[in-house]
Amino acid sequence: MSILARIKSFFGMEAKPDKEASQEEVEKVAEEKAKPRIGYIHLSGCTGDGMSLTENYDILAPLLTDMIDIVYGQTLVDLWEMPEMDIALVEGSCCLQDEHSVHELMEVREKAGLVVAFGSCAATGCFTRYSRGGQQAQPNHESFVPIADLVKVDLAIPGCPPSPEIIAKTVVAAINGDMDYLQPMMDLAGYTEACGCDLQTKVVNQALCIGCGTCAMACQTRALSMTNGRPELNENRCIKCGICYTQCPRSWWPAERINQDLGL
Amino acid sequence: MVLGTYKEVVAARSTDKQIQKLAQDGGIVSGLFCYALDEGLIDGAVVAGPTDVMWKPEPMVAMSSDEILAAAGTKYTFSPNVWMLKKAVRQYGLEKVGTVAIPCQSMGIRKMQSYPFGVRHLADKIALMLGIFCMENFPYESLRTFISEKAGVDFDLVEKLDIGKGKFWIKTADQMLTIPLKETHGYEQNGCKVCLDYVCELADVSTGSVGTPDGWSTVFVRTDAGETVFKQAVEAGVIETKSMDDVKPGLGLLEKLATDKKTKAMKVIDERKAMGLPVPFKGSGEKEDPLANV
Ligand SMILES: Cc1cc2nc3c(=O)[nH]c(=O)nc-3n(C[C@H](O)[C@H](O)[C@H](O)COP(=O)(O)OP(=O)(O)OC[C@H]3O[C@@H](n4cnc5c(N)ncnc54)[C@H](O)[C@@H]3O)c2cc1C
Ligand code: SF4
Ligand code: SF4
Ligand code: SF4
Repeated sequence: MSILARIKSFFGMEAKPDKEASQEEVEKVAEEKAKPRIGYIHLSGCTGDGMSLTENYDILAPLLTDMIDIVYGQTLVDLWEMPEMDIALVEGSCCLQDEHSVHELMEVREKAGLVVAFGSCAATGCFTRYSRGGQQAQPNHESFVPIADLVKVDLAIPGCPPSPEIIAKTVVAAINGDMDYLQPMMDLAGYTEACGCDLQTKVVNQALCIGCGTCAMACQTRALSMTNGRPELNENRCIKCGICYTQCPRSWWPAERINQDLGL
Repeated sequence: MVLGTYKEVVAARSTDKQIQKLAQDGGIVSGLFCYALDEGLIDGAVVAGPTDVMWKPEPMVAMSSDEILAAAGTKYTFSPNVWMLKKAVRQYGLEKVGTVAIPCQSMGIRKMQSYPFGVRHLADKIALMLGIFCMENFPYESLRTFISEKAGVDFDLVEKLDIGKGKFWIKTADQMLTIPLKETHGYEQNGCKVCLDYVCELADVSTGSVGTPDGWSTVFVRTDAGETVFKQAVEAGVIETKSMDDVKPGLGLLEKLATDKKTKAMKVIDERKAMGLPVPFKGSGEKEDPLANV
């Protein structure tokens, strides 16, 4: 089985038998295309996003050896000078007081075709939003912002961390040029001010909440519970990752993709 | 297409006398879950379980037929079942989870499966989603108004609630009270007004009472996973079926109600868009089939 087919079958995405021909075509294109050059840029994040990526054990080896080229990344590639990249995955928010981070981010935007805010710290600021400085190792490092505050971001993949599954699905979509799948991530690039209270202001206040509980299921810090069929936020636990609102069926609705995934 | 994509639609009911007695309609949900548990097709199921407060359900993970039956019957208020799915996997350790879902809950689950941004190791563990039809749902206070105030009965005496034939039915041990549905209008939750899905178009199998006689259910078999379980259950004699052509009122009524719901919702969606209010679905001018579930 080709690597692409393996990745697809791993995620239950195998094409229906009657679509065999077109699947072969996709693979052929994927195999003929030059491997995308990927850079991994680590700003103020906890490395959880990178770890989640590596949790795709079944596909990681073929992915790294045959499908993409990692051309830049601390601890990943022995290279100081940032090269040209097709895709830059940026983990972590950017500290405004850290000139190296700001400079690196600017350089990423110049050198990368696509800049991806990878994980909620890069996408929404996440828990670094709570920083107030006054700590070692550098007490004046106090202001951490989502990278879209400083540069144009093409795709955002929120999550604290993003699940291994969404990472793999995104990689497969990017390699196949499946822009429909990536569209929500393009839209999410604009969602930089996130909070659990978005459920109240953008869903409940807008007469859209239906009490399904998806938000409370998705919250990665158990900041949400459901009371009388509406989400209730424990602000002390909320890290402003934006996952609750992102997963809510009433924020955006990818109907065609779901029908396709279900074979309906 | 107002009934979604499906492989087969039949009239059906559970052959188990106890399930027939406890279930809302044909006992399809409870019957299929019990069968799937017995056969090891699921390790447990998220259902709307009972609480100390009458008719106020809470999602629960049922691990035995007894627990599934304890949660049988329709409660016309919120049971945020999707919330429980993560617990079913993380705390109960289930690998193959069943869940009952009203259409909007099925949407939260299916979106999570297609786009599991922050949800790890759950998408592929949903083994069986049984969808139930839904015209609207009510806040608990609305339900209390119907029962305690409009019908004037004690909550604790109510044995069954049902909606059908234009009425809200309240059954106690010795009486059957009804409220005309036009009196319940205005008490439903507002989010239902933009809901385009009546027959749970995204479930593996979806079922409801409309279309079939009392004690029977209308069943749509939609996905491959749903077909496997349903066929097996019928072959095992756990579920009996009849052709929809042989029952009254039949698919026509379902088509009419689904069309009405979608048409009304489309109007609200268009109005909201015109006012600049957010709504996740397309306006009627933005899609080919104005009644499609998008
Ligand atoms: C709010 C609501 C509105 C409905 N509207 C319609 C309608 O307009 N037309 C129609 O034909 N059918 C409607 N139904 C479905 C119908 O009432 C029955 O639930 C369905 O036919 C299944 O019957 P059964 O005998 O197969 O299920 P049973 O074996 O009785 O099992 C029902 C299952 O549903 C679960 N459940 C009960 N209440 C809820 C809830 N609030 N949320 C989530 N799960 C729940 C129970 O835990 C149980 O597992 C509605 C159901 C609900 C919850
Ligand atoms: S996920 Fe469901 S319960 Fe949560 S805000 Fe959205 S609609 Fe309401
Ligand atoms: S409530 Fe939970 S999911 Fe939502 S932003 Fe806060 S931490 Fe994230
Ligand atoms: S009408 Fe739609 S939104 Fe309302 S409870 Fe039923 S499925 Fe959910």
